Amino acid sequence: MLDWPLLSLLIWIPIAAAFGVAALGVRAPKLVRPVALIVALISFVLSLVLYAGFDVTTSAMQFQEKTVWIGAFDVNYHLGIDGLSLPLILLTTLIGVLIIVAGWRIENQPHLYLAAFLVLQGLMVGVFSALDALLFYVFFEAMLVPMFLIIGIWGGPNRIYATIKFFLFTFFGSVFMLIALIWMYLQSGTFAILELHDFPIALSAQIWIFLAFLIAFAVKVPMWPVHTWLPDAHVEAPTGGSVVLAAVMLKIGGYGLVRFSLPITPDAAAALDWLVIGLSLVAIAYIGFVALAQSDMKKLIAYSSISHMGFVTLGLFLAFAIARNTGETTGAGLGITGAMVQMISHGFISGAMFLAVGVLYDRMHSREIGAYGGVANTMPWFAMFAVLFFMANSGLPGTSGFVGEFMVILAAFHANFWFAFVAGTTLILGAAYSLWLVKRVFYGEVANEGVGKLKDLGRREWLVLTVLAVLVIGVGVWPYPLIEMMEASVTNLVEHIMQSKVE
Amino acid sequence: MTISELQLALPEIFVLTMACVILLADLFIAEERRGLTHTLAVGTLIFAAILTGRLMMAPGEVVHAFADTFVRDRFGDVLKVFSYIILAGVYVYAKYYLRQFKLFKGEFYTLTLFALIGVMVMISASSMLTLYLGLELLALSTYALIALNRDSLPGSEAAMKYFILGSLASGMLLYGMSLIFGATGSLQLGEISASLGSGIGDDMLLTFGLVFVVIGIAFKLGAVPFHMWVPDVYHGAPLAITLFIASVPKLAGLALAIRLLDNGLIGLHDDWQAMLAVLAALSLIIGNVVAIAQTNIKRMLAYSTIAHMGFMLLGILAGTPEGYAAAMFYTIVYAIMSAGAFAVIIMLSHNGVEADQLDHFKGLARRNPWHAFLMMMILFSLAGIPVFVGFFAKWQVIAAALSAGFTGLAVLAVITAVIGAFYYLRVVKLMYFDEPDVPERVPAPVDFRAVLTVNGVAVLGLGIFSGGLISLCVSAFV
Repeated sequence: MLDWPLLSLLIWIPIAAAFGVAALGVRAPKLVRPVALIVALISFVLSLVLYAGFDVTTSAMQFQEKTVWIGAFDVNYHLGIDGLSLPLILLTTLIGVLIIVAGWRIENQPHLYLAAFLVLQGLMVGVFSALDALLFYVFFEAMLVPMFLIIGIWGGPNRIYATIKFFLFTFFGSVFMLIALIWMYLQSGTFAILELHDFPIALSAQIWIFLAFLIAFAVKVPMWPVHTWLPDAHVEAPTGGSVVLAAVMLKIGGYGLVRFSLPITPDAAAALDWLVIGLSLVAIAYIGFVALAQSDMKKLIAYSSISHMGFVTLGLFLAFAIARNTGETTGAGLGITGAMVQMISHGFISGAMFLAVGVLYDRMHSREIGAYGGVANTMPWFAMFAVLFFMANSGLPGTSGFVGEFMVILAAFHANFWFAFVAGTTLILGAAYSLWLVKRVFYGEVANEGVGKLKDLGRREWLVLTVLAVLVIGVGVWPYPLIEMMEASVTNLVEHIMQSKVE
Repeated sequence: MTISELQLALPEIFVLTMACVILLADLFIAEERRGLTHTLAVGTLIFAAILTGRLMMAPGEVVHAFADTFVRDRFGDVLKVFSYIILAGVYVYAKYYLRQFKLFKGEFYTLTLFALIGVMVMISASSMLTLYLGLELLALSTYALIALNRDSLPGSEAAMKYFILGSLASGMLLYGMSLIFGATGSLQLGEISASLGSGIGDDMLLTFGLVFVVIGIAFKLGAVPFHMWVPDVYHGAPLAITLFIASVPKLAGLALAIRLLDNGLIGLHDDWQAMLAVLAALSLIIGNVVAIAQTNIKRMLAYSTIAHMGFMLLGILAGTPEGYAAAMFYTIVYAIMSAGAFAVIIMLSHNGVEADQLDHFKGLARRNPWHAFLMMMILFSLAGIPVFVGFFAKWQVIAAALSAGFTGLAVLAVITAVIGAFYYLRVVKLMYFDEPDVPERVPAPVDFRAVLTVNGVAVLGLGIFSGGLISLCVSAFV
């Protein structure tokens, strides 16, 4: 079984099935949802096979596949995963299943809705497993198309503005990466990511390449100040779209920094780490305050996402400062591991929070915090889940939210006390905006008739929220399997980036 | 002139013969059996493709004939085969339009076939004179085609405008050629190149000649600032003719540029590179920015053409085989995409009204989901989004510009590509996010739908499997 091209299957099964699902929509509309669900489940099982066969002791690429794609430019269809990509692939396939379950009752062209998500899932797995820079870019950009349609067709009233903004922002960011990739190809003669890791580049050129990568990935993460598309996109997207966007697509920015920026331009990253750290700290603290001021639940979660993704970018770029301070590299991996754990954890938590808002929105058709109050009285089970997720969002120990943030803050102490101090404000701010929302929406008296009539969770909602709750607590209590998965790769990455590539 | 020389020009001779045969035969074909003319014309193209394809030149093989005025090489052969294929697609699209708009006459076929001969002559020219002859044959046929609908005021206006401006540009080109002839003493491109290499010729005279030649090329391509005719002609001409102008003649424009600038004037590369850089930059900016302001989709696509020609020039200005291959790939791909886009407009045109307003696309995804999907792929491809083939075209020309050291121009190109994405997205938005005004399905004949499907799927397929076409283009310049 392990001889199968598992990664290709993970990419192409959903994409091929998407066309089948779209075609079924006209002829057998009843089959659409079950077929999509089965495909998503098959993908999830395949990714578990990947996990079972994964060797955690090595940082080398595993499950590699390589065939010539564009011979004239030495571009290969080259796939492979290491400990940095595997957790994200697992997250992608899991969220893929949950979204289809959660979107079961979409009535507007459900076949196209599901097809778009299946295509998106295949492309996202492609992003996480591509080992050729051009292949990566193709997946990275192609992802915009299904997301553009998801927000534009199934989104809220202001969806067209939001989706065009989303598309143009991300497109604008990534074109500079394309130029950087082509420039490096012209210098090195290859698009292979692993070869580019070892390709020496002068510092001045590295800085330009680093900045080009940074624009591309900062928009995706998103980092302050290029985050403005995210609240719009989140608010207008349908629940499923928000979940994928927050849980997986944002992680692609973080993944890109780990896969491209750090190892390809380590010297520029070391020279400009103050820039990324500064922007991250602004995101963590300032956006935390912005989140506090929101009256729309989805917007609040969107700003909270930006703030939490600040931890990811912060953790990734602490390594250099730690190495400078302590003179050794052992502690430097902590920040990167923390960032990776934070990505997975944020995938669970933000996905869960958007699903929770979706549960309310399905019933009341409002995302305004002011429209609710006392929901716990009529939906006690739902309130239990929601409170758990919002607690996890504020970094409660015992939930996955705690693990990543704790590691990053710890690493920040090694680097600079003030980094840790500013980052630490999130513990207060995060708790403030999360718990304040919980108080206003769930606690107190039943605010109005609508809330009084609410029905508690249905079976599908139970299922989806339970899965995420188990994962949030599971990773919170016992993060070891996750950390073990990425340990060898992180160590290798730290060793790699500590060596200068300038000749 | 020997038999073997004639054999080299067999495709040209065949198409010419068939054009005359169709011209005569059409006189005897009754109005209601006009489809026969169409079948004959499509058959001609298929047979010509077989003729050219079977004797395709190997990479690197070049044969001159007819006292060095005619050249057969792989570049020309590949370009010709794509001209036939694209023109055959255009015929199928155009038939549906011409029938509906009561323009279904034999003239369309004879004129386009003569235009095709012009294209072929340009592609195979190895002397400035042949090049000019081909150009004029193409241009004269096109003038007449634009005025095909005699009663249409915008059509006549567009034809007049194109005729006057086109003649001016031809005059400029001819003047430039005469200056170069004066400086080098030869019309043969190979000999010009050789004398430039050995330093013969007055620099002043050559530079002057070059400027006029580049103006002629820029006019034919529709590059800014010689683009004024493009929106008016695209807008004024009947859709079927716009479809034709937007596809096959672009290949001729590429051939004109490469034959003149590379085969003849490569010795002046430094000079024309700078000129093309300016043309490319202006075309990219003006084309993409002004397209946003258009509400008429024919005009929008006209400005989009201008921008795309800017991209194509990025490939040529590198002056390297890789650059030419990139430009060639770009032009072929552009012709395919643009034919598909105009085909969808034709499909929407009914009851004597051209669907040339953006609003005609409203809610197409509800009416014709599959055709909206094809159009969406074509639009994303035009915008340069992977995995559609347009991305691979943009990627290559940007690589060519970067390798020639034009980093700033490459950055400008990608930024304008982002600006350009907006107006393509707007059409996708109309098709997918808006509700249709009328819910009925848009009908179209089966051959039309089949060709459109092949066309749209090709945009995706040539993207996913872009390796083949890329190596074909690369092999044309070894």
